[in-house]
Amino acid sequence: MIDIKIDTEPLSLQTCFDKVMSPVAGGIDVFIGTVRNSTKGKKVVHLEFEAYETMALQEMRKIAENIIEKWPVHHIVIHHRVGVLKTGEIPVIIAVSAAHRDAAFTACRYAIDTLKQSVPIWKKEVFEDGEVWVAAHP
Amino acid sequence: MTLRILAFGVAKEIVGGRSVTLELNETPTIAALSDMLQIRYPQLKALASYRLAVNNEFASATDVLHEKDEIAIIPPVSGG
Repeated sequence: MIDIKIDTEPLSLQTCFDKVMSPVAGGIDVFIGTVRNSTKGKKVVHLEFEAYETMALQEMRKIAENIIEKWPVHHIVIHHRVGVLKTGEIPVIIAVSAAHRDAAFTACRYAIDTLKQSVPIWKKEVFEDGEVWVAAHP
Repeated sequence: MTLRILAFGVAKEIVGGRSVTLELNETPTIAALSDMLQIRYPQLKALASYRLAVNNEFASATDVLHEKDEIAIIPPVSGG
Protein backbone atom coordinates (compact mmCIF):
# COMPACT_ATOMS: atom_id res chain seq x y z
CA MET A 1 0.00 0.00 0.00
CA ILE A 2 1.22 3.46 -0.91
CA ASP A 3 -0.19 6.57 0.76
CA ILE A 4 0.93 9.99 -0.48
CA LYS A 5 -0.29 13.33 0.80
CA ILE A 6 0.50 17.05 0.74
CA ASP A 7 -1.41 18.99 3.37
CA THR A 8 -1.62 22.46 4.88
CA GLU A 9 -2.80 20.96 8.20
CA PRO A 10 -0.38 19.49 10.80
CA LEU A 11 0.77 15.96 9.95
CA SER A 12 -0.27 13.09 12.21
CA LEU A 13 2.37 10.60 13.31
CA GLN A 14 -0.38 8.30 14.59
CA THR A 15 -2.11 8.30 11.18
CA CYS A 16 1.15 7.42 9.42
CA PHE A 17 1.87 4.64 11.91
CA ASP A 18 -1.65 3.21 11.62
CA LYS A 19 -1.46 3.20 7.82
CA VAL A 20 1.77 1.16 7.64
CA MET A 21 0.99 -1.17 10.57
CA SER A 22 0.46 -4.69 9.30
CA PRO A 23 0.29 -8.15 10.91
CA VAL A 24 2.87 -9.38 8.37
CA ALA A 25 5.34 -6.62 9.22
CA GLY A 26 8.21 -7.30 11.59
CA GLY A 27 9.22 -3.67 11.87
CA ILE A 28 8.31 -0.11 11.00
CA ASP A 29 10.83 2.60 10.22
CA VAL A 30 9.71 6.22 10.53
CA PHE A 31 11.52 9.39 9.52
CA ILE A 32 10.17 12.64 10.94
CA GLY A 33 11.55 15.90 9.61
CA THR A 34 11.37 18.76 12.10
CA VAL A 35 11.90 22.49 11.82
CA ARG A 36 15.27 23.47 13.33
CA ASN A 37 15.56 26.74 15.25
CA SER A 38 18.71 28.00 13.52
CA THR A 39 20.79 27.83 10.34
CA LYS A 40 24.51 28.58 10.49
CA GLY A 41 24.03 30.30 13.82
CA LYS A 42 21.15 32.50 12.67
CA LYS A 43 17.84 32.23 14.46
CA VAL A 44 15.03 30.94 12.23
CA VAL A 45 11.68 32.64 12.88
CA HIS A 46 9.74 30.21 10.71
CA LEU A 47 9.89 28.24 7.47
CA GLU A 48 7.57 28.56 4.51
CA PHE A 49 7.01 25.48 2.36
CA GLU A 50 5.60 25.68 -1.14
CA ALA A 51 4.83 22.77 -3.50
CA TYR A 52 4.08 22.33 -7.17
CA GLU A 53 1.42 20.06 -5.88
CA THR A 54 0.38 17.93 -8.86
CA MET A 55 3.99 17.20 -9.83
CA ALA A 56 5.16 16.77 -6.24
CA LEU A 57 2.47 14.15 -5.57
CA GLN A 58 3.49 12.35 -8.75
CA GLU A 59 7.20 12.41 -7.83
CA MET A 60 6.44 11.20 -4.30
CA ARG A 61 4.41 8.33 -5.74
CA LYS A 62 7.33 7.42 -8.06
CA ILE A 63 9.64 7.20 -5.04
CA ALA A 64 7.23 4.86 -3.27
CA GLU A 65 6.75 2.73 -6.40
CA ASN A 66 10.53 2.45 -6.86
CA ILE A 67 10.85 1.31 -3.28
CA ILE A 68 8.23 -1.40 -3.73
CA GLU A 69 10.19 -2.64 -6.78
CA LYS A 70 13.59 -2.50 -5.07
CA TRP A 71 12.99 -3.78 -1.55
CA PRO A 72 10.63 -6.21 0.19
CA VAL A 73 8.49 -3.65 2.03
CA HIS A 74 4.78 -3.83 2.77
CA HIS A 75 3.46 -0.30 3.14
CA ILE A 76 4.86 3.19 2.53
CA VAL A 77 3.49 6.52 3.68
CA ILE A 78 4.97 9.84 2.53
CA HIS A 79 3.21 12.90 3.93
CA HIS A 80 4.52 16.43 3.39
CA ARG A 81 3.19 19.64 4.84
CA VAL A 82 3.14 23.05 3.15
CA GLY A 83 2.58 26.57 4.45
CA VAL A 84 4.16 28.35 7.41
CA LEU A 85 5.85 26.07 9.98
CA LYS A 86 7.40 27.11 13.27
CA THR A 87 10.31 25.54 15.17
CA GLY A 88 9.56 21.97 16.21
CA GLU A 89 6.75 21.49 13.73
CA ILE A 90 6.84 18.59 11.26
CA PRO A 91 7.25 19.20 7.51
CA VAL A 92 7.58 15.55 6.51
CA ILE A 93 6.81 12.05 7.76
CA ILE A 94 7.93 8.89 5.98
CA ALA A 95 6.87 5.52 7.35
CA VAL A 96 7.78 2.10 5.95
CA SER A 97 6.78 -1.32 7.18
CA ALA A 98 8.58 -4.52 6.20
CA ALA A 99 9.00 -8.08 7.35
CA HIS A 100 12.60 -7.34 8.36
CA ARG A 101 14.31 -4.18 9.54
CA ASP A 102 17.03 -3.96 6.87
CA ALA A 103 14.52 -3.27 4.11
CA ALA A 104 12.57 -0.81 6.26
CA PHE A 105 15.66 1.23 7.22
CA THR A 106 17.05 1.23 3.66
CA ALA A 107 13.74 2.16 2.04
CA CYS A 108 13.04 4.93 4.53
CA ARG A 109 16.45 6.48 3.97
CA TYR A 110 16.09 6.19 0.19
CA ALA A 111 12.69 7.88 0.41
CA ILE A 112 13.85 10.98 2.31
CA ASP A 113 17.12 11.29 0.34
CA THR A 114 15.29 11.05 -3.00
CA LEU A 115 12.49 13.37 -1.89
CA LYS A 116 15.08 16.03 -1.11
CA GLN A 117 16.56 15.67 -4.61
CA SER A 118 13.57 15.30 -6.90
CA VAL A 119 10.27 16.39 -5.39
CA PRO A 120 9.26 19.95 -6.36
CA ILE A 121 8.80 21.39 -2.90
CA TRP A 122 10.63 24.51 -1.74
CA LYS A 123 11.48 25.90 1.65
CA LYS A 124 12.10 29.53 2.53
CA GLU A 125 13.89 30.29 5.77
CA VAL A 126 12.65 33.46 7.41
CA PHE A 127 15.15 35.11 9.79
CA GLU A 128 14.67 38.16 11.98
CA ASP A 129 16.52 40.29 9.41
CA GLY A 130 15.64 38.66 6.10
CA GLU A 131 14.68 35.52 4.24
CA VAL A 132 16.27 33.03 1.85
CA TRP A 133 15.07 30.21 -0.43
CA VAL A 134 17.08 27.20 0.73
CA ALA A 135 19.57 25.79 -1.83
CA ALA A 136 18.50 28.29 -4.51
CA HIS A 137 21.92 29.89 -4.99
CA PRO A 138 25.39 28.31 -4.97
CA MET B 1 3.39 30.03 -30.18
CA THR B 2 2.18 31.40 -26.88
CA LEU B 3 3.40 29.51 -23.82
CA ARG B 4 2.33 29.97 -20.22
CA ILE B 5 5.00 29.05 -17.70
CA LEU B 6 4.42 28.45 -14.01
CA ALA B 7 7.03 29.59 -11.51
CA PHE B 8 7.70 28.35 -7.99
CA GLY B 9 9.95 29.21 -5.07
CA VAL B 10 12.71 31.64 -5.94
CA ALA B 11 11.70 31.49 -9.64
CA LYS B 12 8.37 33.08 -8.73
CA GLU B 13 10.26 36.07 -7.35
CA ILE B 14 12.59 36.24 -10.36
CA VAL B 15 9.77 36.34 -12.94
CA GLY B 16 7.58 38.49 -10.70
CA GLY B 17 4.57 36.22 -10.36
CA ARG B 18 3.12 32.71 -10.24
CA SER B 19 3.13 32.49 -14.03
CA VAL B 20 4.42 34.27 -17.09
CA THR B 21 3.37 34.18 -20.74
CA LEU B 22 6.01 34.11 -23.48
CA GLU B 23 5.87 34.14 -27.25
CA LEU B 24 8.25 31.64 -28.85
CA ASN B 25 8.72 31.92 -32.62
CA GLU B 26 11.45 29.42 -33.40
CA THR B 27 11.05 25.65 -33.03
CA PRO B 28 9.56 25.43 -29.56
CA THR B 29 11.98 23.17 -27.73
CA ILE B 30 12.89 23.21 -24.06
CA ALA B 31 16.37 24.48 -25.02
CA ALA B 32 14.87 27.42 -26.97
CA LEU B 33 12.53 28.27 -24.13
CA SER B 34 15.36 28.07 -21.61
CA ASP B 35 17.48 30.46 -23.72
CA MET B 36 14.59 32.89 -23.95
CA LEU B 37 13.90 32.71 -20.23
CA GLN B 38 17.55 33.41 -19.44
CA ILE B 39 17.60 36.45 -21.72
CA ARG B 40 14.43 37.81 -20.19
CA TYR B 41 15.30 36.86 -16.61
CA PRO B 42 19.13 36.86 -16.28
CA GLN B 43 18.81 36.14 -12.56
CA LEU B 44 17.91 32.55 -13.49
CA LYS B 45 21.59 32.08 -14.41
CA ALA B 46 22.61 32.94 -10.85
CA LEU B 47 20.67 29.95 -9.45
CA ALA B 48 22.55 26.83 -8.36
CA SER B 49 20.54 25.10 -11.11
CA TYR B 50 17.04 24.99 -12.49
CA ARG B 51 15.04 22.60 -14.61
CA LEU B 52 11.92 22.87 -16.70
CA ALA B 53 9.00 20.52 -16.31
CA VAL B 54 6.36 19.75 -18.93
CA ASN B 55 3.04 18.26 -17.89
CA ASN B 56 4.39 17.36 -14.45
CA GLU B 57 7.54 15.59 -15.70
CA PHE B 58 11.12 16.87 -15.78
CA ALA B 59 11.90 17.77 -19.39
CA SER B 60 15.00 17.33 -21.61
CA ALA B 61 16.57 20.04 -23.78
CA THR B 62 15.32 18.50 -27.04
CA ASP B 63 11.68 18.02 -25.95
CA VAL B 64 9.27 19.90 -28.22
CA LEU B 65 6.58 22.06 -26.61
CA HIS B 66 2.92 22.35 -27.51
CA GLU B 67 0.58 25.24 -26.82
CA LYS B 68 -1.53 23.44 -24.21
CA ASP B 69 1.45 22.05 -22.26
CA GLU B 70 1.73 22.88 -18.59
CA ILE B 71 5.28 24.20 -18.31
CA ALA B 72 6.99 25.02 -15.03
CA ILE B 73 10.32 26.44 -13.88
CA ILE B 74 11.71 24.17 -11.16
CA PRO B 75 14.50 25.88 -9.17
CA PRO B 76 16.62 23.74 -6.81
CA VAL B 77 14.18 21.80 -4.63
CA SER B 78 14.47 21.91 -0.84
CA GLY B 79 11.62 19.90 0.63
CA GLY B 80 11.81 17.60 3.63
